[in-house]
Order: sequence, then C-alpha cells, then structure tokens
Amino acid sequence: MKNNSFDNFAKGIFRENPVFVMMLGMCPTLGVTTSMENGLGMGLATMFVLIMSNLAISLVKNWIPSMVRIPCYIVMIASFVTVINLLMAAYLPELHAKLGIYIPLIVVNCIILGRAEAFASKNDLWQSFLDALGMGIGFTLALTLLGAVREILGAGSILGWNFIGENGYPVLLFIMPPGAFLALAALIMGFNKISGASK
Amino acid sequence: MSLTMIFISAILVNNIVLSQFLGICPFLGVSKKISTAAGMGLAVMFVMTIASIATWLVYYKLLAPHGLEFMSTVVFILVIASLVQMVEIILKKSTPALYQALGIYLPLITTNCAVLGIALLSIQKEFNLIYSVCFSLANAIGFTLAIVLFAGLRERIDMSAYALPKAVRGTPIILITAALLSLAFMGFSGIGK
Repeated sequence: MKNNSFDNFAKGIFRENPVFVMMLGMCPTLGVTTSMENGLGMGLATMFVLIMSNLAISLVKNWIPSMVRIPCYIVMIASFVTVINLLMAAYLPELHAKLGIYIPLIVVNCIILGRAEAFASKNDLWQSFLDALGMGIGFTLALTLLGAVREILGAGSILGWNFIGENGYPVLLFIMPPGAFLALAALIMGFNKISGASK
Repeated sequence: MSLTMIFISAILVNNIVLSQFLGICPFLGVSKKISTAAGMGLAVMFVMTIASIATWLVYYKLLAPHGLEFMSTVVFILVIASLVQMVEIILKKSTPALYQALGIYLPLITTNCAVLGIALLSIQKEFNLIYSVCFSLANAIGFTLAIVLFAGLRERIDMSAYALPKAVRGTPIILITAALLSLAFMGFSGIGK
C-alpha cells in the first residue's frame, strides 16, 4: 500500500479527472467558466471544501454509524461550504458576486460527496488528503482550461487582458451558454485523443 | 414582475438547464430515453414545488427572525434531503402506482443542484410564498421540457450512432447536442424585457 501514495494523489489529475473522465460537477464547470479567473476561483473554492471535508470525514469515520453516514457527510460538507462562502464574501467580494449561486451549490457537487463516500470513509488521514488534493487540482485545471478557452475565443482576452483590440470581433457565442457545451465537448475530444494515445 | 412573466421567463427565456446550468447531472445522465426523462422531470416538479414551500417557511419563519440567515445552505440541504425521504415513504404507502413511476428517481433528487439552487434563488429574489411556489413550478416545467426534448434528440442520434465520426462518439456528441438545443433556446432571449 505504501507505493499508492503517489497514485492516490496523481489519479485525480489525469486518469480519473473529475470533469473530463468522470463527468462530475458539471453545473459549476459549465456555469461559471465564462472567464479564466472565474474558473480558477471556483476550482480553488471547491478544492478547499474537498480537502477539508475529506480530512474531517477521514477523522470521524469510525464514530459515524453507517446507516446515517450520508446525512452526516452532507452536514459536514455544508458547514465547510458556509465557511468558504462567508470568507469569500468578506475578502473577495467581486469574485463572490460573479460566482454567485454556484458557491453555496458546492454542497451538491457530486465530486465532494463522491470522494467522501468512495475514499475518505475508507482511508487514513494522509491518503485522504492526497486524494482530495489530486482531485481538487484536476478539477481546478479543468475549470481553468475551459475558462481560458472560452475567454480567449468569446471575449478576446486572457485573465482580463484584452489582446484583440477595440475593433476586434470575438466569437461571442463562446461566453454564452451554448459555447460552454461546445467548448467542453471539444476539450473532451482532445482529452480522449491524448489519453487514448498514451494507452 | 407578473406571474405570467415568471412562467415565460423561467420556461423559455432563462431555462434552468440550458441557460443557468442547474441540474446538469440528471440532464446528461438520465436522458437516454424519453420515458425515463419524463419520469425524472415529473419527480423534480413534485419535489421542487414542495421544497420551495418548505424552505420558504423555514427561512422566513425560523431563520430570519433569529438572525441565522447565514445557516441557510446547511439548513436547506437538510430540509430537502429529509423532504425527499419523507415524500418517498408517503408515496410508497399512499399511492404505490405513482411510487412505481417516480420511485427510482427520488433519491437522485437530493443531489440535484436545481432543487437547492431554486430554493436559494427565490430567497435571493425576495419572493413571497406564492411567487416562490410559482417560480419553482415554472423552473421545474422548464427542466422537464429541456430534458424531454433532449432525450428525444438523443434517441434519434443513438439510432444513427454508426454514422458518427469516431472522435465525437460518447460524451462529445451529447454535449454538442446540448449546445444546439441551448442555441435554439437562445432564440427566445429578449422576450419580456
């Protein structure tokens, strides 16, 4: 089991990437990625909740009766979400306003409950931390990448820096709802190509 | 805003799935066949409407008077989870036929972000109880419309799957179909402004 530490960390980034491979957490993935900054912010907020809830659940797993474990997990996750919601409202009010409803909705992000049930409830503290960190990085990378693609194509800028000039015509469609589906479809095609080639 | 506008806006203009991206998981996951999609839609309609009443009462009668608004995320998810459980038990005892039809979808609804999202949104928009119920019902109808239309498209595509290029088979074609449906719904934007 000792050699698994690295694997537990790395699997979430590529092989079991929550967005590209497992198709979890689709609502924030599609909803907030109108710019790279939003994607990064949402990814980091989710990573915080993921790490904290994995740690907490791994700590208390032996004291929770298995019949009521899911409600217990949800309450713990919801508490951490409230923490990050209030923190962001206080220190990052602009980003908080942009992400809006999707911050409290981290509670129902299937990745978090999924990792709690599939991993943290069966493994020790350190491995659960690695798992959450890997999954969090994988999710953040996916959201940032999608945000970057949509921002470059749809707004002609990157991280708020406009490179297309005032007379440029960006493909507005990509920051509108249909563009979210299209950009993600294209990214998944690319991802499948790469992961298929490495097999 | 009038009640009619709430319905038109939630069903067509700002469709909950296609333009607000709530409830994407069931939208992509439970849309292989029209019959299952319709079942999921009905179950969501049922739960979302009841949940909007419950969360509205809890927020304005319990949380707000005591200054506990910041607890709404934790409390709402608990209310919704127990509500779904309760609805399941009641349906099983009272109307087995309906339970047969909706039963398997009910547990899935707890983690459907549309239900929690709409509950939070109607608090954010400061609706009264009647508006909040109509808002939830309208959004649930919008969800059902989107998922049934989408399932219809997917059934057709599945029949001619052999004709698809290899690269788009599986997830990509599902997302591209969703993009086209979302594009079609963009045609409604501008109504009611």
